[in-house]
Amino acid sequence: MLLTITTTHRPATDLGYLLYKNPARVHTRSLAFGRAHVFYAEATEERCTAALLLDVDPVGLVRRGPGERSLHDYVNDRPYVASSFLSVAIADAFGTALAGTSRERPELVDKPIPLSAHLPALPSRGGEGLIRRLFEPLGYVVFATRHPLDPAFPAWGDSRYHSVTLEATRPLRELLANLYVLIPVLDDEKHYWVGEAEIEKLLRRGDGWLAVHPERELIVQRYLVRQRPLTREALARLADDDPDPELTETVHDAEEAAVEERLNLNEQRLGAVLSVLRASGAKRVLDLGCGEGRLVRALLDDPSFERIVGLDVSHRALSVAAERLHLDRMPERRRARVELIHGSLTYRDERLSGFEAAAVVEVVEHLETERLPAFERVLFEHAAPGVVVLTTPNAEYNVRFETLPAGRHRHADHRFEWTRGEFRAWAAGVAERHGYHVRFLPVGQEDPELGPPTQMAVFER
Amino acid sequence: MKLTFPQLSLVVLVGTTGAGKSTFAARHFKPSEVLSSDAFRALVSNDENDQSATSDAFDALRYVAAKRLARGLLTVIDATNVQPESRRPLVQLAREYHVFPVAIVFDLPERLAEERNRGRPERAFGPHVIRNQHRQLRRSIKGLGREGFRYVFVLSTPEAVQSVEIERQRLWNDRRDETGPFDIIGDVHGCADELEELLTRLGYEVVERREGHGLDAGPVYRHAEGRKAVFLGDLVDRGPRILDTLRIVHGMTQAGSALCVAGNHEQKLQRALQGRQVQVSHGLAESLAEIERVPPDDRDGLKAQLVPFLDGLISHYVLDRGRLVVAHAGLKESMQGRGSRAVRDFALYGDTTGEIDEFGLPVRLNWAAEYRGRAMVVYGHTPVPEPEWLNNTIDIDTGCVFGGRLAALRYPERELLSVPAHRTWYEPARPFLPEGAAAPALTAQQRHDDLLDLAGVVGKRLVETRLHGKVTVREDQTAAALEAMSRFAVDPRWLVYLPPAMSPSDTSREPGLLEHPTEAFAHYRHAGVGRVVVEEKHMGSRALVVVARDEDAARKRFGIVGPGCGIVYTRTGRRFFEDPFLEVAFLDRLRLALTGASLWEELRSDWILLDAELMPWSAKAQELLRQQYASVGAAASASLPATVSALETAAARGADVGDLLEAARTRQASADAYVAAYRRYCWPVESLEDLRLAPFHVLATEGQVHVGRDHVWHMETLRGLSEQDPALLLATPYRVVDVTDPEDVAAGTRWWEELTERGGEGMVVKPFEFVARGSRGLVQPALKSRGREYLRIIYGPDYTLPENLQRLRERGLSTKRSLALREFALGIEGLERFVRREPLRRVHECAFAVLALESEPVDPRL
Repeated sequence: MLLTITTTHRPATDLGYLLYKNPARVHTRSLAFGRAHVFYAEATEERCTAALLLDVDPVGLVRRGPGERSLHDYVNDRPYVASSFLSVAIADAFGTALAGTSRERPELVDKPIPLSAHLPALPSRGGEGLIRRLFEPLGYVVFATRHPLDPAFPAWGDSRYHSVTLEATRPLRELLANLYVLIPVLDDEKHYWVGEAEIEKLLRRGDGWLAVHPERELIVQRYLVRQRPLTREALARLADDDPDPELTETVHDAEEAAVEERLNLNEQRLGAVLSVLRASGAKRVLDLGCGEGRLVRALLDDPSFERIVGLDVSHRALSVAAERLHLDRMPERRRARVELIHGSLTYRDERLSGFEAAAVVEVVEHLETERLPAFERVLFEHAAPGVVVLTTPNAEYNVRFETLPAGRHRHADHRFEWTRGEFRAWAAGVAERHGYHVRFLPVGQEDPELGPPTQMAVFER
Repeated sequence: MKLTFPQLSLVVLVGTTGAGKSTFAARHFKPSEVLSSDAFRALVSNDENDQSATSDAFDALRYVAAKRLARGLLTVIDATNVQPESRRPLVQLAREYHVFPVAIVFDLPERLAEERNRGRPERAFGPHVIRNQHRQLRRSIKGLGREGFRYVFVLSTPEAVQSVEIERQRLWNDRRDETGPFDIIGDVHGCADELEELLTRLGYEVVERREGHGLDAGPVYRHAEGRKAVFLGDLVDRGPRILDTLRIVHGMTQAGSALCVAGNHEQKLQRALQGRQVQVSHGLAESLAEIERVPPDDRDGLKAQLVPFLDGLISHYVLDRGRLVVAHAGLKESMQGRGSRAVRDFALYGDTTGEIDEFGLPVRLNWAAEYRGRAMVVYGHTPVPEPEWLNNTIDIDTGCVFGGRLAALRYPERELLSVPAHRTWYEPARPFLPEGAAAPALTAQQRHDDLLDLAGVVGKRLVETRLHGKVTVREDQTAAALEAMSRFAVDPRWLVYLPPAMSPSDTSREPGLLEHPTEAFAHYRHAGVGRVVVEEKHMGSRALVVVARDEDAARKRFGIVGPGCGIVYTRTGRRFFEDPFLEVAFLDRLRLALTGASLWEELRSDWILLDAELMPWSAKAQELLRQQYASVGAAASASLPATVSALETAAARGADVGDLLEAARTRQASADAYVAAYRRYCWPVESLEDLRLAPFHVLATEGQVHVGRDHVWHMETLRGLSEQDPALLLATPYRVVDVTDPEDVAAGTRWWEELTERGGEGMVVKPFEFVARGSRGLVQPALKSRGREYLRIIYGPDYTLPENLQRLRERGLSTKRSLALREFALGIEGLERFVRREPLRRVHECAFAVLALESEPVDPRL
């Protein structure tokens, strides 16, 4: 990986003093993941280019001992691209410059000088647009070209790597700090575990520019690898010395609305399922495909449900559910009402017998259509609860989701999404084959032409 | 005194404290057979005399006793057991597990017990305790039979106790030592004409013929090769020649050429003959009328022979070391080889609910659907139009007397033979051959297999394999597989096989190389395999191809109703083609080729399972290529030229960057080589014309898993197939190498070098035989030696740098190899079960286990 920094400040070789690296020599430093070299491609009065060359050792990273975060694969882009490895190298090789100290040229530290930084392979999750959104507000002129995945296979399209040049007249330490923070943000990945200490680093390097950056939420989120508590704390601390509180307020509102909208449908779905279950008078209830346990928790909070069993095929989801429900420190009485079990809806399972109701919320669309007959028999023939509440997306409504490209499913794992007609036909067939009556209920804001975003069938024996 | 009782009994010792029960038990039974209340009191409370622990102790004792009885082990209860309420749960326990409750009563003088207890200070209960117990014991003795004890022995003197000898009797139904072969014959119901015809067709001959009207009159049949007939009961009632039928069966059982179990009709006839009140229905009248037609002088003699014969019929037999069970109406596993009223009722009447259906016949539960036992169960009782296997059970009553057929099952051949009824002898209450009803599309087993049980796949599993013994699959592994199987895999009915992992050859020490065939050849030489087959390894995606001759054949063999006569799936059981039309087109081409190569006829099969590589790699691995391989190439191509150019500029101005520049140029060359390496395996796929299939194993066809054929047969058979459609099918180049001949080895090595220099992935080395065993058991079914350039896409562009190679050579292969063997054995086991037409759960168990083992964290680059 290569980063070059060029200046046309006179004398340009002052760059060497600022970087604390003599242009006449090659400087090599050992890092935990490889080596960093600093050399100068050119060093004249008019123009000086310092290069930071980073050798990342993928073999060493894959073969790290236990306890250290290791790379998954030898075939890895890390040795070639600008990433958090480069940020670490910047902090290491250019530490003094980043800290804003210079023994020989203290007057230059805070002086804006003409600078140009070049990164031949900058990964950007968000494309050129995001590169511009991150750097342009800071006053950089951005030149970016996207590399194709493979010129021999144009059909494969573009890679996420860009050749990027950033030009601005500003103090060197600011350029370094911007790169330090924004490179991993664009890459959207970190090679080390991110904890509390990362907030300090971010606030220190972001001092003076991050708080007013229009994309600060995204920057903070990604920098802290989307760990919500960390992100909240960092944003709060940023806001404390926010020069423009009104601005942040509006940003927050927009964010919330987006979240609210999502929340609403989830909440409404959960509410509708609960209503049906309550109205059925069922005391023993199954949540099939319980995921991380949101419905299970809601059922637990209603003492009229005496026995609640959540089933999921994903072990991981079940352990998250157990954790969220605090199963291990639940009061005995409450604990006795609930059980989480690992199972599958395509195998007959004796543990599912003897329940009065079952909820199957947003589950069937994750099954291959050819496995639906097995699911049908498992649930309606063998488990055979008195009431089944089943929800699934209404495909017709998808055009209302602005961010969803036409023809795409709402979730990458959805194997199908049914129109109202398809769902009704399937549900009616199931009901007839297994002696149930079925009725349909809308969930969410109903569109006069397209129906509700979520469709629900209630089967009763 | 000799005490004789069945070897599978619950023996209850009854006697006061100090009566000598424990001493007696120690003398006659193994310590593990005796459950003593004292010992259990000690277990739960640390004090064998702590009476407050009695209730807990008995709970634990009964729990252990139940486990032992469930396993079929004789168990002795050493407790006082002098009160009826303490014996009642024990009798119940014996009933629950269908074993005989036996009481041995120690009715000894009280003073004896008092004397014994005097020597044991911990038992200072006072004399009243023993007195009370003795009184209770005396009151009990008479009623023990009524309480349900089938054997009661009373020992009244110390001498009697001293002289006891115990004889454990084999159960009447235990004929494990008779290994057959057998011809099992369904319900005859007096159809002697058809029986005679069937016996003749089965190869039985009349060796003797006696005159008269008695049961011992008539012909005696015997099989020249010593086969034995087994009659499933219901010889009598309804049909035209009931007595002749009885005479034939009686003669054969007497002569040792047949066994016969009781049917419900024999039971009823016997009761009628003994003068009990029975309803004369369901054809009993015919039997009684025939007996009435016997001349009066002979009639009583006949009856005198008939009653003990009928009475002596056993309700079921366990044969051939426990592998075969015969009973009139079938028998579930927990009752096999046991004796109780419930067992007899089940064997005679089946699993009834006590309800009556619209035809006045008892509603029967389908015990066979739940049957999971190891023993094959052959039964009759319920007339069926066609005998059908279901979970290793089969009903062969094809309703001869109702105008159907009289059927026989040849064991162990599992062949069915039958003769049609000469006419309808008796009108059935319920039409058993519904007119005009279409035969169901699927067999009983297939209908049953439509749904699999979770209990059959999850938890820790031990899968018995023919090739490699028991294979253990851990619970966490099956849990991981459950998710993969449920979310991604194709219908289990298609998924009869998953391929094993393949290990690379040992790591090469040659400079610049990680793998080389030398090590593969050496591996097989050291394992005792003289000849190997080396095959070009194709770089595509593993594909398992099931293809049937037509949809009908697919339905019949795989039980899948619907369009499509096959499937292509990946090594993890996912559907290969997302586009259903492409799959159909692909399979159609393959079917044409199979037809052209006459393989359907040659292999006598209308379906085939091929193991193959489907190219290009980019067809299936598109996402992986874009996300990882091409991305890394793009990143390197963007980054390295810029680095080289910056270093060149620096070098030009005299900076000391010579080493860095050299290194950067090397890395650039590696990166170019890497891109070239993966590009070789990519080409755009727009239609079927762009796909290539290289099949390398004919895994299975009807009735056969082709592991008995060597790899040259597989290669040649598939070459013949490939010639039919060279545009789609690729014959894999291969050669045979004698690993003990250095010249041959050198030639094989040169072949690999040429192959890999041309950009080939490498080669696979297999023992000449499909299944090879060496000094240490099963030998690796295949090892791969991958080429230097190919490995760049596995180990990274720069893996050939000496400092990288040195580290990469440290790789452990043993886990991968152990997995490869276990998965190979599991895969073949699953297929063998499939071609034997075992229930799907038995086939699925193996495929599931392979997927489960694949969740084991193994270096994915191996």
